Amino acid sequence: MGLDLSLYNKVFENKIRLQIMSVLMANDDYDFSSLKDILDVTDGNLASNLKTLEKEGYINVEKSFVDRKPNTRYSRTTKGKRAFENHLLALENLIKQKYK
Amino acid sequence: MNQKDLLEEIGQIRQIMERSSKFVSISGLSGVLIGLYALIGACLAYIKVYGFKSEFGYRDHYVSDPNITLYLFFVALAVLLVSLATAIFMGRRKAKRLNQSTWNATSKSLFFAVGLPLLSGGILALVFINKGYYDLIAGTLLVFYGLALAAGSTYTFKEVRWLGLFEIVLGLIAIFLPGYGIVFWALGFGLLHIIYGFIVYKKYE
Repeated sequence: MGLDLSLYNKVFENKIRLQIMSVLMANDDYDFSSLKDILDVTDGNLASNLKTLEKEGYINVEKSFVDRKPNTRYSRTTKGKRAFENHLLALENLIKQKYK
Repeated sequence: MNQKDLLEEIGQIRQIMERSSKFVSISGLSGVLIGLYALIGACLAYIKVYGFKSEFGYRDHYVSDPNITLYLFFVALAVLLVSLATAIFMGRRKAKRLNQSTWNATSKSLFFAVGLPLLSGGILALVFINKGYYDLIAGTLLVFYGLALAAGSTYTFKEVRWLGLFEIVLGLIAIFLPGYGIVFWALGFGLLHIIYGFIVYKKYE
């Protein structure tokens, strides 16, 4: 078996993006400040990576106001879910490959 | 990327999925303490209701005597408040140790999942008091407490689900055998909490 890299996703090469997607796989939706809390990153770093995921069509963004404060919630799209699962599969395959 | 990096990466994914969806700042020791409070409360209630004044095998009072009901209500309320305070205080301490915030996305989900059955059960108990169905209160509250735990267990340790199931079973038996409410509360809120707290403490702390 040759090394199949078609499932490997460059978007998830960035650790923060991979972690954001992991959180959104385990939860139906998550808000910005909770994401920041759990990933322990700066506002700017998180925002730019969220933007990338949004542009790829991997996540949905829903802006609203709670007590007049902006509250942005993120959720995975079907496309994002498939991309993440494929990426995990690619990682798994890589591990199996190395064992041979 | 080499083998070790890959395994590490997958481990991290797993860890962050769990950390983002489960609230683990629940102290096992607080479970044991809450169980002990419940047992103390049950002893107070037992002595008041069954007493030592009457002939062997008879009670001094029935739960439905108005001043007894009030006494039991306040004992239960005191146990509830002290238990809540203990759970919050020890949960905060554990959260600090684990570097987790106490009021985050998962604890909010947990709070709302547990809150709904608890609130319904509480209101139902008030209705029972109002209608004079005292026999049903102990069992019903156990059942609703168990439902609350089962609902909340998605967001925390899986042992909570088992605790919930046992509370439900106990509550149903209590409804089936009215008149032994105090005994069932001692078992459900006392003994089960102590066992559960001990298991969680051993396993996770």
